[in-house]
Amino acid sequence: MTRGGLRGGGHVPDLGRPIYYADGPDDRLLTTSGGDVSGSIQDGGVPEEQKPDADETPARRPGNRALYWRRLKRRPAAMFGTVIFLFFLFLAIFGPLIAPYDFDAQSAALRLKPPAIEHPFGTDQFGRDILSRIMVGARGIFLLGGIGTLLAVLIGTPIGLASGYAGGLLDEVIMRLLDVLLSFPSLLLALVLLAVVGPSNANLVLVVTLLYTPMIARVVRSMVLDLKTKEFVEAARVRGERRSYILFREVLPNSLPPLLVETSMRFSYSIFLVASLGFLGLGVQPPSPDWGLQINEARNFFALAPWTLLFPAGTIALLVIATSLMSDGLRQVMLPGVARK
Amino acid sequence: MLTFIVRRLGFVVLMVLLSSILIFWATQVLPGDIATMMLGRFASEEARQNLREELGLNKPVVTQYVTWLGDFVQGDWGYSISTRSEIRPLVMERLRNSAMLAGVAFAIFVPVGILLGLLAALRRNSWVDQTISVGSLAFIGLPEFVSGVVLISIFSIKLGWLPSQSAIEPSSGFVKAFPYLILPAITVALTTLAYVVRMTRSSTVDVLQTDYVRTANLKGLPPRRVLFTHVLRNSLLPTITVIAISVGWLIGGLIVTESVFSYPGLGRLVLFGVQRRDIPLIQATVLLIVVIYGIANLLADILYAVLNPRIRYT
Repeated sequence: MTRGGLRGGGHVPDLGRPIYYADGPDDRLLTTSGGDVSGSIQDGGVPEEQKPDADETPARRPGNRALYWRRLKRRPAAMFGTVIFLFFLFLAIFGPLIAPYDFDAQSAALRLKPPAIEHPFGTDQFGRDILSRIMVGARGIFLLGGIGTLLAVLIGTPIGLASGYAGGLLDEVIMRLLDVLLSFPSLLLALVLLAVVGPSNANLVLVVTLLYTPMIARVVRSMVLDLKTKEFVEAARVRGERRSYILFREVLPNSLPPLLVETSMRFSYSIFLVASLGFLGLGVQPPSPDWGLQINEARNFFALAPWTLLFPAGTIALLVIATSLMSDGLRQVMLPGVARK
Repeated sequence: MLTFIVRRLGFVVLMVLLSSILIFWATQVLPGDIATMMLGRFASEEARQNLREELGLNKPVVTQYVTWLGDFVQGDWGYSISTRSEIRPLVMERLRNSAMLAGVAFAIFVPVGILLGLLAALRRNSWVDQTISVGSLAFIGLPEFVSGVVLISIFSIKLGWLPSQSAIEPSSGFVKAFPYLILPAITVALTTLAYVVRMTRSSTVDVLQTDYVRTANLKGLPPRRVLFTHVLRNSLLPTITVIAISVGWLIGGLIVTESVFSYPGLGRLVLFGVQRRDIPLIQATVLLIVVIYGIANLLADILYAVLNPRIRYT
């Protein structure tokens, strides 16, 4: 059976309107979905790769991984992002084990000590080791953002598949309902929901899921609309394959690259969101340390002890920049020729 | 054109209506007993009854919703539970402050963003382009509270040029407020700036590769003329739409930025409502923001259709 890769790129057909809602609102990290504005090639380099119709392996051939890797290696910014991201992932898994001190151990004698050998990032207003708090804090932000994004993919993908494949009234109704969720700036919606259900780690995950499900569903739906008319899907339909077979064996595998890119962008935005909510006091719940909250509290001591603020701020900046470089690199590597808008 | 505008308008109204149902449902129906939630578990039954009476909670849900929406449309936004004052004057004052802040931010990121984007596109693949592209990518994802505190630490604490807190008198005029607006405006502008840069760059790169630009160059027009009469007119189209839509992204940024700088704007009022669980205040502010957001999107659509006669939406 033929698998007609992603020829023509993972171009996502627009819904017959301008960029309005094509990406989520408040969507600084943009998706691959297109407006009418014709796209362009974002990256600098290797022009022959940027033509999506160049001799490319269709999706899901084993050779693809090597191809992606080869392209990734040529992009220093993306490589840098990936390496930093992996480093933070390592911290999220092993941070609590390798942290030099107990992140919650207070000591009146050690209050606001500047960085030194024993405390490389200094100590905060309670004499707690800032390095240890940062290392342990990585886990919370990764877990909340990661699980939330993953759930959004698990829920949004079937919605997008069903909506796009069924078409007609069902599609229209589902999409309008998702539009409602998208018509709120995401931080605002998160705040309102957390105000009502109360800030807890589980609720935070649910909020991330609720915010990103419509965006994931949209990307999958657009892919389905695009793939539905392709010959290999037509062929499967004529062969009399069941609908579930067509959706999960033909359409879904070919939607994976854009879905993966979208997921990585969502994840990178979820870090932004969880950290911002933490700063506003609605983030990762104590006792685990929250980077955003750390920064909020450190503001009071800044003139006295700038390290209490600069190290956590630098950490968040590094992680956020790294994940956005990585997801942008992923997009360039997996979907060359599709513009980032 | 008129049909297009009417259709878009209808769509926005529908979205706002559905959003208002969501807001109402999330704040008034979802929490269960709202009186207990707002007054705490230890409030007396009598106090709860009074509050229910005050908020009209003992009527059927649909009646409650219709009354609430009707009052909102007619300008009666009710009383805030935490400040015990009328919501509308409070919100309007804050809205004015947020608009001032957003205005200064616009004045920063629109020209700077377009300039940087053009520069990157015209020097494509050079180190200038690389720096601008990677830099804008980095700033797109940088949370406002990080850039905000870094700006404060440099310009207020180290250099002492600008105030670190912007807790201005809520009704102070623009001139008086201006020094307090600079740092927060830069903070809000940074992320949106990055977006405008990327959009301008990619659309300009596109236009530069078109046949008509090549023709203009080949027939010997001076580069400046090609840029202004052929390139810019086409490449700034998508950027203009992006700028119009960015009103929506500004709102998220404003919530965080106003809280970093203690600026008395609408975003901080929303946060205040959320922290106090002041349901009437949350409902009014959030619905207002959704309406503003909807109008901004509508304007973006219309602007795009007006500026780009090649595209007709029906």
